[in-house]
Amino acid sequence: MAKLSKTAAIVGAAESDEIGEVPGKSALQHHAEAAHNALADAGLKKSDVDGLFTTGFSTLSIGEYLGIQPRFTDCTWVGGSSFVVHVAHALAAINAGYCEVALITHGETGRSARVRGRGSGFTNPNQPQEQYETPYGIMGPPAAYAMACSRYMHQYGEERTRQGLAEIAVSTRKWAQLNPKAMMRDPMTFEDYHDSRWIAWPFHVLDCCLVTDAGGAVVVTSAERARNLKKKPVWVLGVAESHDHNMFSQMPDLTSTVSRVTGKAALQMAGVTHDDLDLAMIYDSFTYTTLVSLEGLGFCEPGEGPDFVKAQRTAPGGDFPLNTSGGGLSYTHTGMYGMFLLVEATRQLRGETGERQVPDCKIALVNGTGGQLSSTGTAILAVD
Amino acid sequence: MVEQTYDKPIPVPQPESDYYWNKAREGELWLRRCDDCETAYFYPRDICPHCFSRNTSWVQSSGKGTLHAFAIIHRAPHPAFKAEAPYVTALVELEDGARIPTNIVQVEPEPTQIRVGMAVEAVFEQITDEITLPKFRPAKSGL
Ligand SMILES: [Zn+2]
Repeated sequence: MAKLSKTAAIVGAAESDEIGEVPGKSALQHHAEAAHNALADAGLKKSDVDGLFTTGFSTLSIGEYLGIQPRFTDCTWVGGSSFVVHVAHALAAINAGYCEVALITHGETGRSARVRGRGSGFTNPNQPQEQYETPYGIMGPPAAYAMACSRYMHQYGEERTRQGLAEIAVSTRKWAQLNPKAMMRDPMTFEDYHDSRWIAWPFHVLDCCLVTDAGGAVVVTSAERARNLKKKPVWVLGVAESHDHNMFSQMPDLTSTVSRVTGKAALQMAGVTHDDLDLAMIYDSFTYTTLVSLEGLGFCEPGEGPDFVKAQRTAPGGDFPLNTSGGGLSYTHTGMYGMFLLVEATRQLRGETGERQVPDCKIALVNGTGGQLSSTGTAILAVD
Repeated sequence: MVEQTYDKPIPVPQPESDYYWNKAREGELWLRRCDDCETAYFYPRDICPHCFSRNTSWVQSSGKGTLHAFAIIHRAPHPAFKAEAPYVTALVELEDGARIPTNIVQVEPEPTQIRVGMAVEAVFEQITDEITLPKFRPAKSGL
């Protein structure tokens, strides 16, 4: 795998035109706007695209809506981490000669769909969760992630876990206050966190991500082509993917995601260590997702997450910049948020993030989690 | 005991789970167990998810176990659960060796009343003529 390191780069990254609460636009339009913006960011045309990647929709739908006829197509669907996995697959496809310009798109209207209606809600009875989980009201992410967190609290202490979750919620909001595109920019105190209402104990509402309307896209191309484009290439140094269950109740260890596998593998492929990283973009569907992922990725040992994030170390000015966009907790979270980890990491590495810019940001880790803590994709990105 | 209108999701048994739901209707909890690696597992599958053996069979669970994890759902994830919230979702570790997703019932939905590791036992809640859901309550008999 190491020989594929730095053989492709992200050369374009963007959100759709407006994100947050956008009742006037469909999910497909968010895909299209983001694709348009990311290609413009790269200085490429739609006709340059020969590899198409998405999830949520089939690439059939996206290809049709955008008018793209790819020679490589991939709608790998492993939840919110899918887009990070797509970067890995794009790297492989580009190296194998299946495509040269890979477009990865995302768009969801999680917020406006609440108003417009989601359809009946229950899904395919062939899915085991329709027999064993949904009849018990174990539906959607909060129940599953909250149960996992209760196990963590049991193993490692409720009070210190609670404080760790609070640290993450508060520090992430501080980053969002520096991002004009973030939905939640009001100050948040620890008191606000602890006083906020319960969604699914042990989660307060401020442990939970937003539900927004948004799109995002990134463009990945070969090293050779990347060097001749508008902006400096954001090199793909390392990538790895895995999953160890689908529905929550099949998760082997509720306190450990497969970030324990993908973190190590991506770092190894990249030939870098934790100390080399300037930025960590780690999925925060819930505060707990980030806490447990920090451990899996090897930033600290299992159970040490609450100590690792203490004293607002991950906030602006702290020594561990984490989720600088304001994350899924305070910036935007459509449903499958992983695309926005890539967009922010790309911008930070290029030095485009204004007030929230991490000084001298050269190497970033991106870690997406999908499903019910089911899958992870990790990427190490860097600029020269 | 059957509610007049039951609008929550109702399991649709599949070929490998007909037996499970038939037994649940009789007030029994049955698990699939691998006769080669001697592991009971959930959910029912004919081929062992651990060692991939086809040499598996049904065994009756004692219905006793411990609470492995839980959540108290305040905001219902679907309108059908609104009337029930706050309710307790859980993962129970059966003494027979498998983990099963469920609800904890007959308990106050308060974190002070429920703790990970507590002993629980199966109870059976008929929701339709065909389907009975195994649920759990704090154990009366202890383990
Ligand atoms: Zn076996």
